[in-house]
Amino acid sequence: MFDYAIFLAYALLSLALVLSFIRLVLGPTLPDRVVALELLASLTVGFIGVAVVATGRSAYLDVALVLALTAFLAAIAFARYLEKGGHRVDD
Amino acid sequence: MIELLTAVFLVAGAGFMLIAAMGLLRMPDLLTRMHATTKAGVLGAGLIMVGAAIYIGQLTVVVKAIAVVAFLILTAPVAAHAIGRAGYFVGVPLWSQTHTDELKGRYDQKTHTLASSGEKGSAQRDQGARGNRSES
Repeated sequence: MFDYAIFLAYALLSLALVLSFIRLVLGPTLPDRVVALELLASLTVGFIGVAVVATGRSAYLDVALVLALTAFLAAIAFARYLEKGGHRVDD
Repeated sequence: MIELLTAVFLVAGAGFMLIAAMGLLRMPDLLTRMHATTKAGVLGAGLIMVGAAIYIGQLTVVVKAIAVVAFLILTAPVAAHAIGRAGYFVGVPLWSQTHTDELKGRYDQKTHTLASSGEKGSAQRDQGARGNRSES
């Protein structure tokens, strides 16, 4: 029963990963892709949470914390780049 | 009992993250996509972290899980605001059925400053012809 729940959580997260990857490929603009990348990072945090339960190794939570931090920094850096030097969509 | 609770939290969190991804794929423009990913995505990751904290049950793990959730809740709105602002400057088109754009004609595209409705700022003079400010 518990194994099925973990399997179901993995399956739902994998489907979400595929869907957001489709949006990452489709675009259509760079900010859309940045949003998709941010969701990919937080999906990975979710994967790590399920892996902590599945394997019982709590050290993986450190990875989740650092991943959340770097994803935030990447989003801020992308926004900064877009504001300072990005090309306008309608040019 | 703990296993049942953990299973509920894990599956609910994964379900919310799936909803976030569906919103990201199906919503019509950048702002509505961000609306889906920031709220449902953070809620899903937070529920999964709560499930992991309940299952392991040690104090250090609980504190780490709380730290992850707090960090996600603190940073997600900031990142969404930064990306949304950058997207507005870059000129990402809004959805065709968006009927109110409060920022139209009020942003100065050169200096990136916002002129409020009371001021007669340079943003209004430069771009007043483009915006539909007369209705206010």
